[in-house]
Amino acid sequence: MVTTLVQAQRRVDVDALLRINTDLATKIIVGFIRDAVTKAGYTRAVLGLSGGIDSALVAFLAARALGAENVLAVRMPYRTSSEASLTDAQLVIDQLGLPSLTIEITPMVQPLIDLFPEMDSVRKGNIMARQRMIVLYDQSAAWRGLVIGTSNKTEVLLGYSTLFGDSAAALQPIGDLYKTQVRQLARALGVPQSILDKAPSADLWAGQTDEGELGYTYDEVDRLLYLLVDGRYTVEEAAAQGFDLAFVERVWRRVRMNHFKRTMPNVAKLSRRSVGHDFLYLRDWSG
Amino acid sequence: MHLTVGLAQLYPKIGDVAANLKEHLAQIEAAKAHGVQLLLFPELSLTGYNLQDLVYEVALQPTAENPTFRQLLEASGDYDMDLMVGFVDTDRRARYFIAAAYLSRGEVVHVHRKVYLPTYTLFDEGRYFAWGDSVRAFETRFGRFGMLICEDFWHASPPYLLWLDRADVFLFHSASPGRGLDASDRLSSARWVQLVNQAYASLFTSYVLHCNRVGYEDGLNFWGGSTIIDPDGEIVCAAPMHEPALCIQTIDLNQIRRTRARLPLLRDERTALTARELARIIQESHDFRL
Repeated sequence: MVTTLVQAQRRVDVDALLRINTDLATKIIVGFIRDAVTKAGYTRAVLGLSGGIDSALVAFLAARALGAENVLAVRMPYRTSSEASLTDAQLVIDQLGLPSLTIEITPMVQPLIDLFPEMDSVRKGNIMARQRMIVLYDQSAAWRGLVIGTSNKTEVLLGYSTLFGDSAAALQPIGDLYKTQVRQLARALGVPQSILDKAPSADLWAGQTDEGELGYTYDEVDRLLYLLVDGRYTVEEAAAQGFDLAFVERVWRRVRMNHFKRTMPNVAKLSRRSVGHDFLYLRDWSG
Repeated sequence: MHLTVGLAQLYPKIGDVAANLKEHLAQIEAAKAHGVQLLLFPELSLTGYNLQDLVYEVALQPTAENPTFRQLLEASGDYDMDLMVGFVDTDRRARYFIAAAYLSRGEVVHVHRKVYLPTYTLFDEGRYFAWGDSVRAFETRFGRFGMLICEDFWHASPPYLLWLDRADVFLFHSASPGRGLDASDRLSSARWVQLVNQAYASLFTSYVLHCNRVGYEDGLNFWGGSTIIDPDGEIVCAAPMHEPALCIQTIDLNQIRRTRARLPLLRDERTALTARELARIIQESHDFRL
């Protein structure tokens, strides 16, 4: 009796590929933060704590790397920010024992917003994000700590961020983790349940959610981005894995259109050796 | 014959040869306390890895005239310890190579220049370095050895050539950036290197000593996990992942003979057949890479 074993070709299990070993991720990222901060001649760090999962996770990682007493958490509410955001940020501050500041940005941004009554919410959101950057970099000088970024891979790829705003930082510890991987790591490190459970939001207006604004869920888009970016699938190959082709094209176009946010501004090359072209040293060279 | 081997899994400082030399001498002294006879350092251990335009500042010639090498040569004599170190080699015609030097009793016994320069994805070695053009085994006081650097042993042919050139102990070193985080407790790059090193030890019934670095350069992490693998393909010593370590292990070189009595792969290797078929393949091929 001969057994004939015919196995159907299986779809790639992207959820399994997106699963991470949280101990290993923690070890590498904590080491990275400690290394980057000390190499630059610092012992401390500053970060904006929004009450969301990304900045909560970075606070946990930074506290492990540098000691909680060396991580300044800054809450920067605007007048429409939800009370829950402040409360959730406070949970992280209390749980880790972080030094903290609460700096209301409304009086700083409102005069500019009021100059333009027709201003849309994107412009307002960008002004707020950039104002928060100014506050953080000022605290960086006052507290003598490096500004730690809280961008994740999903939003970096989709360009769901404000240039020179939330994307401005000295280091990006979770910039290579998709949102779904951020959730895994946050859960493993003990980020408060209320933060894990709530819908991701930039909290610029009441009821705003990332997934509502993007038009798809992070679970869905992370699976797709993993195939396109990490897996090097073509748009057609990704669609063949069970995605709507129009959705794949829309996402990939968004990745391309926002590439300018991921690169330094182009320098017009004139000389034989130019910054931005062939004057090549690591960032760590300065450390 | 027994040989006490040390793997100095350190974190070189980018572009700072003086600081790295100091660390090398400290590791040599620490290893001596444990009777180490052969100490391996990682790829580009004297300079750091992703040098870019610093290549031209840190390059040196591996002779006693060079103050850095002179100190290492003296240490190999004073401590009676053979050393494998990584550096940027330059010739008198302003060409630069990633290189490994084997030092013994005050002499440079052998220099290997990296043959395969990865220039893809995050790697850009071909932009700065010339490729080495030979793979040679060499005699040491402990037996006949061969050295390879990182990408050299991602290709199957350099280890195979060393084996045919009568190397019985393979000294590999690397500056391997960690990548491929998934559900496993090790990065996929770490799993892959360990897999091929166990394969080489098994296929060539030889010892494989692998020293990898740790630390960070910009966003890159280097995963360490240096290993000693015996001629049966078993890991006899494994340094921790992602942490500096000095991993010391005494190995029994007689195991090579015992394994080859059981598994005479070397005796039965058809070298002339391989050479004949290679010559035919090259002649018949229109592939420019050959």
